[in-house]
Amino acid sequence: MAGGLGQGTGKSARTYAGLGVPLILPAWLIIGIFLVVPILIMLVYSFLTKEFRGGVIWEPTLAAYDQFFFDRGLFGDEPPKIEWTYILIFWRSIWQAGLATVLCLLIGFPTAWFIATRPPNSRTIWLFLITVPYWVNLLIRTISMKFLIRDNGPLNQWLLDAGLISEPIHVINTATAVQLGLFYSYLPFMVLPIYAAVERYNFALSEAAADLYASRWVTLTQVIIPSVKPGIIAGCILVFVPSLGAFLAPDLLGGAKNFMIGSLIEEQFKGAAGNWPFGAAAAMILLTMVLIVLIFYARSQARGAR
Amino acid sequence: MPDGNGTIAVDIDNVTKRYGDFTALRDVSLAIADNEFFTLLGPSGCGKTTLLRCIAGFEDISAGAIRLYGDPIAELPPNRRPVNTVFQQYALFPHMDITRNVMFGLLRLGKSESEARKRAGEVLELVQLTQFATRLPAQLSGGQQQRVALARALAPNPKVLLLDEPLSALDLKLRQAVRLELQQLQHETGITFIFVTHDQEEALTMSDRIAVISDGRVQQVGTARAIYEEPNNKFVADFIGETNLIDVAVAAIDGATATCTLPGGAQFTCPAASGAHSGQGHLSVRPERVSLTDPAQAPLSGTVSRLIYLGTDMHVDVTLADGETVTARVQNSADTTIPEKGQTVGLNFEAGAARLLVD
Amino acid sequence: MAKKPDLRRFPGFYGITLLCLFLLYAPLIIVAIYSFNDSQSITIWGGASLRWYEDVFWGLEADKFKQAAVNSLTIAVTAAIAATIIATMAATAMLRAGSFRGKGASFALINLPLMVPEIVTAVATLIFFSAIGFTTGIMTILVAHIVFCIPFAYLPIAARMEGIEDVYEQAAQDLYATRWEAFRLVLLPLMMPGIISGFLLAFIISLDDFIITNFVKGAGVETLPTAIFGAVKQGIKPNIMAISTLLLLVSILFVTLSYFAGRMGQNRQ
Repeated sequence: MAGGLGQGTGKSARTYAGLGVPLILPAWLIIGIFLVVPILIMLVYSFLTKEFRGGVIWEPTLAAYDQFFFDRGLFGDEPPKIEWTYILIFWRSIWQAGLATVLCLLIGFPTAWFIATRPPNSRTIWLFLITVPYWVNLLIRTISMKFLIRDNGPLNQWLLDAGLISEPIHVINTATAVQLGLFYSYLPFMVLPIYAAVERYNFALSEAAADLYASRWVTLTQVIIPSVKPGIIAGCILVFVPSLGAFLAPDLLGGAKNFMIGSLIEEQFKGAAGNWPFGAAAAMILLTMVLIVLIFYARSQARGAR
Repeated sequence: MPDGNGTIAVDIDNVTKRYGDFTALRDVSLAIADNEFFTLLGPSGCGKTTLLRCIAGFEDISAGAIRLYGDPIAELPPNRRPVNTVFQQYALFPHMDITRNVMFGLLRLGKSESEARKRAGEVLELVQLTQFATRLPAQLSGGQQQRVALARALAPNPKVLLLDEPLSALDLKLRQAVRLELQQLQHETGITFIFVTHDQEEALTMSDRIAVISDGRVQQVGTARAIYEEPNNKFVADFIGETNLIDVAVAAIDGATATCTLPGGAQFTCPAASGAHSGQGHLSVRPERVSLTDPAQAPLSGTVSRLIYLGTDMHVDVTLADGETVTARVQNSADTTIPEKGQTVGLNFEAGAARLLVD
Repeated sequence: MAKKPDLRRFPGFYGITLLCLFLLYAPLIIVAIYSFNDSQSITIWGGASLRWYEDVFWGLEADKFKQAAVNSLTIAVTAAIAATIIATMAATAMLRAGSFRGKGASFALINLPLMVPEIVTAVATLIFFSAIGFTTGIMTILVAHIVFCIPFAYLPIAARMEGIEDVYEQAAQDLYATRWEAFRLVLLPLMMPGIISGFLLAFIISLDDFIITNFVKGAGVETLPTAIFGAVKQGIKPNIMAISTLLLLVSILFVTLSYFAGRMGQNRQ
């Protein structure tokens, strides 16, 4: 409103002083009871003995973590060797999530930059176009991708019809398909935070750099990217973290050979494996990795704030 | 105090306000009279707005008492205090039309819809906004919004109206017009106004009395004239208008008269602020009271170091032998002789024009 | 004279943006087109028809999908309302109540559901209900959805509240409003665009969820995503593409609504 919002008083607003605790209580109760407590119980479960048809027996053991890291032979009596199966699944997940993050950044940064530098009216339209897929059901989007890239899907059909290829390109059920799915799923998550950062970027800085003989490339790498770094980091986190624990893309596009952490965990509860303590242990390891990433993020944000 | 009936509207009694380690108000005591236009004047951050917010009830006080017509109010929430505020940025409810804004307080006080609407109509007429009654605040100009804020605060007929720099968002021309309107409104309604500003011209032109505040303390309370002509201390003399502060040695103080030695050795007798003491001190002399004369016959003399042409008059900076600079304001008229830069001139001022300050 | 270089332009960025949009939309548009395919085979084009839409509403699996849709909507509406109320209260506490015990931890707690990977939340919630012996079903889905909807509702609501100076509530109190009246008559109406955005976001997030729902849904209870997932496991059939297209339309409708909620906010302020 005209002349309405001036500078703040600088002091924290406290119209409802004294009501803080009762107002925050429902959020504390719901999230505390139904997320924090469950995670703690999950931690406990990861140290319990498995029951064969799912569930647990209340006997403490390190078996779940042992199974994750060590191979003791079929009957568990051989000297322990490093068990690579699960470590490789985790490594593959990190690699896939990291690659998806890099690809999203390579496409997302120019897109965010381009949109943020449009005149206000057309900017709204571009932004709207980027936002729509963000709101579309992830399952639907993954199914669409699966449909598109199938061996006898429309893409291969057209390429065959056009005579560009002689036999279908086999993408489905490969690591490439998973990569494509992750990239496609989380691309909008990269664009939106970078867009927000570029929108706040002061273009006088570019002018100052150009005035001081910087080339376009030097301006981009020395001035613009450092200025919008918080947005870039936020975008990378928003792509990397969900990619790491993704289930739909690897399950629907990757098939049995391209297991990621999400599928491994799911299988312990919903699938044939039925090993709850092991699933809980894998989930705890995933959670720990994500928390490490987030702590680095929080520290980089705190540095930026200083 | 205009009424002279002596009723105290707002009694601020040794109020202290601390935020953690920071003390915003230190032992502030003020007695604001019924039907008075009282101004709190000071630079930004001096505590004047904090004091206003303490009266309104948006800040708790750390020590002391605030009484409204004798009743202690410091413990009451803002909605239980019969005072209303005109906010700096007006704070008109953007989702309500003008009438609804003005009716807001009346409805909260339990007035019926029709009563409130009638009263809102009256107040809007008072501020000449009747034709805008159904507009939203965003559809009005800054000056009109300011008048709505005034109408909204006056509608419940408060005992005291608090105004927090209400003119600061307006442009200069409008500000001057609104000053007169505000003063008139205060006379018509007979409501006590407490007005906060950092603009001395605003304070001097509108107020019955002014409290000059600095660093969380009341520096001086008095009429515009008293504050300008008889400043108590260096801060007040310097903050209100322009002044020359001349270092002097105070030889003796006899009641309200001081005898002091000017730089250069001349003896000089002048009024002293209460609380001034002998030893080193400062004389305050307004530039317009300093005249240029023959150096041989003046108590002070020096070299013209700078001339600033201001149209209606001229500032002549004269550097004394000890390096201090005294400014004289010379009227631009046909018979004025303007000195040249580098020329030696005498500075004269009559005894009543100078005043020994409390340091 | 040389043309002044536009420092905002980088060669190729326009092309990359178009590529980005193409990548985002191509699969959706192709599915939408093929949903009108008359052919029984999903890849061979057999002319346009609405037969798969008919199949969705009146076909063999229609009852299953209808029930799933009803479940999804019931859960999404309920979870979004609950999350919006909780988030509005939490935002008021965080932004309008000064300092209180546990305020620092509260912000982390509210955002916790965003930080924990979905699959971990899913596992933890399943184990929790199993440990306390609570039978999984609609109720367990609802509770889990409320939890992860809270931060999504909180973000736009808090952003909006931060933009509203507390001077409006002070003005209301100065004009004899109690704190509740100041909230109801002033803060709440000014908050409305943020609350609507928060509600819509929570609603769509709930409607979207597959992983957590899949873990805590219990036998025989399906939401639209779990029902679709179950069907896709046996291969993509044309009716799935018709359902997908319908859900796509729902999403577009919601972005548009949310866009107008944002515009409403701009006009007010």
